[in-house]
Amino acid sequence: MSTSFFEGVLSGAALSGTSILYATVGEIVGERSGIVNLGLEGVMLVGAVTGFAATAETGNPYIGVMAAAVAGGVFNMVFAYLVVTRRGNQLASGLTLMFLALGITAIAGKPYVGKPIAGLKDLPIPGLAGLPQVGHALFDKDPLVYLAIPFALAAWFLLHRTSWGLRVRSVGESKTVAFAAGLKPERLQYQALLAAGVLGGIGGGHLSIAYTKTWQEGMTAGAGFIAVGLVIFAAWSPVRAIVGALLFGGAVAIQLQMQARGSSVSPFLLDMMPYLVVLVVLMLFGRMKGRSVPAGLKDVFEGTGR
Amino acid sequence: MKFLSLLLAIGALSAACSATGSAPAVVTDGHPIFTMGIIHVGSKTDAGYNQAHADAAALVHQKLPYVRVLEAENIAENADVTRVIETMIAQGAKFIIPASFGYLDPAMEAAADHPDVMFDHPAGFKQSDNFHTYWARSDEQSYALGIAAGKMTKTNKLGFIGGFAIPNVLDTINAFTLGARSVNPKAEMHVIFDNTWSDPGKEAASTNALADQGVDVVTMIVDSPITVVQTAEQRGIYSIGFHSTDVQKYAPKGWISGIGFTWSGFFTREIQAIEEGTWKSHPKNIRGDLNSDMVALAPWGPAVPQDVKSAVEAKIGEFKAGRAEVFAGPIKDNKGQLRIPQGQVGDPSLVNTFDWFVEGVVGQGQ
Repeated sequence: MSTSFFEGVLSGAALSGTSILYATVGEIVGERSGIVNLGLEGVMLVGAVTGFAATAETGNPYIGVMAAAVAGGVFNMVFAYLVVTRRGNQLASGLTLMFLALGITAIAGKPYVGKPIAGLKDLPIPGLAGLPQVGHALFDKDPLVYLAIPFALAAWFLLHRTSWGLRVRSVGESKTVAFAAGLKPERLQYQALLAAGVLGGIGGGHLSIAYTKTWQEGMTAGAGFIAVGLVIFAAWSPVRAIVGALLFGGAVAIQLQMQARGSSVSPFLLDMMPYLVVLVVLMLFGRMKGRSVPAGLKDVFEGTGR
Repeated sequence: MKFLSLLLAIGALSAACSATGSAPAVVTDGHPIFTMGIIHVGSKTDAGYNQAHADAAALVHQKLPYVRVLEAENIAENADVTRVIETMIAQGAKFIIPASFGYLDPAMEAAADHPDVMFDHPAGFKQSDNFHTYWARSDEQSYALGIAAGKMTKTNKLGFIGGFAIPNVLDTINAFTLGARSVNPKAEMHVIFDNTWSDPGKEAASTNALADQGVDVVTMIVDSPITVVQTAEQRGIYSIGFHSTDVQKYAPKGWISGIGFTWSGFFTREIQAIEEGTWKSHPKNIRGDLNSDMVALAPWGPAVPQDVKSAVEAKIGEFKAGRAEVFAGPIKDNKGQLRIPQGQVGDPSLVNTFDWFVEGVVGQGQ
């Protein structure tokens, strides 16, 4: 019973896109407060290993997901301490913590390599899972897949329709102005980075607990960096991040589906496809009006911040 | 990542006794202790390449209880391995297995500095007086397991996930496909290359893509078969493993069998040869095959019917007796060109030169 090309790609996009979407949305919340975390990859690894270990120890994948979220959040607090309280350089701190995370997770995860877990099971949605073409692809997946888009929408609501979001965004635009307006920029940045870490942790957890049901050192294989890239692609909007993550996941799925169908295109070329898609979209829409780069980020990249 | 592993490895090795910390105690019975060192590039429990080596080292200690095994895992393929080797030698190691192809150059340099320590390196192509190489060919087993796949598929679609499109991976794919088509001429092999030896996310996605395409038997050459085998089980399709024989627990229903490298007998003989002083005079490059004890079939899964087991075992018997060849002509490539004519047999060097697929493989060689 082979499925159609379309269904295969859609299903693959949903699966590969999910962990990237959580991480991207998290990074958007952090960057909206004016802080770039290039070490998102490390946050995801910490989430992946903690979630896997908790699942293996308790046998309950939901406890695993919570543990992944908590671990991601706690680990991002280390980053927050470095860049918010100690005012360290954001780019260097993020990268350093990523390398630290690679090492820590490799060692902490050693006993869990090769451990079989039941993991997060697929929960078919009654009525929808049987639909032709889209049923299996979208409605026969694990709960974290279903929750990814609601989380992105909730993040958008939080950032754009609540006073907390307004305060976070104003800190991201200008810490000085926000401070003068009586806000507590540092506290808000801590809060935003906590949310970012929780989401990054869940993203990593999805990879180990639901998608692959495996722990392997360095298993995120660059997903965190893709998520950082997708933030720019999504123009700092959690809603556009949904499109970005699905597009990227879809491009990965298309190339594997093409290989499986014996496409005559070289696998090396196909392998570049997801990145080419992102590049083309950046070129086409890169200069769109209304792009909202948090002004505070300029300080980070132009070195005019502290 | 690997850096902390290195610190920990050296720390553990240097703290003399803790090196055998969790390992079983060395029993000498008057025989002098023999220390060997083995270095893994990945994790000892990956159910794959590294575990095959780690399991072998553990068995050596069972057979020769006076052997003390020093082990280090997750060691990068750079100067790190030199430091681990030096530490092992300082702990008294007389026999070192740098168990990754990429350790070749640093390990060879260390061997030159320590002429009294013997080295065995897997699949390498350089040797010296105290630096020998070993590996085992597995294309005959691939052919035989192809027979199992060809007989068990209902969709006539088989799938293969490879790390890279390199000659010895193509060799396995071709042997497997020839075996499958020898019993099921309708069988097609669908191939995906991930362009990495280790990326569980991509391995899961590749397995899904093959299953979506209707593939119902999947096999692989990646560092750890766990993700592929687990995903196949989840999709309700069969799987065949590679590297370690200890994979069945990840696919209790869909497991067929697999190829496992079983190095313990070889390591044991090497230690005995070193003790007897005959190591340096035996061949510098040892290549096993199915008549050796270096490669084996994994136990059968519960879904495999008796006639399939018999067909596979009969073919293995023919290979053992030298009555059959994997690449016996006529063999066409998948573009229709005759590559090996009737009455001829593929050159043994094909394993290092393959850049084409046999008929029946759907996909690109490069």
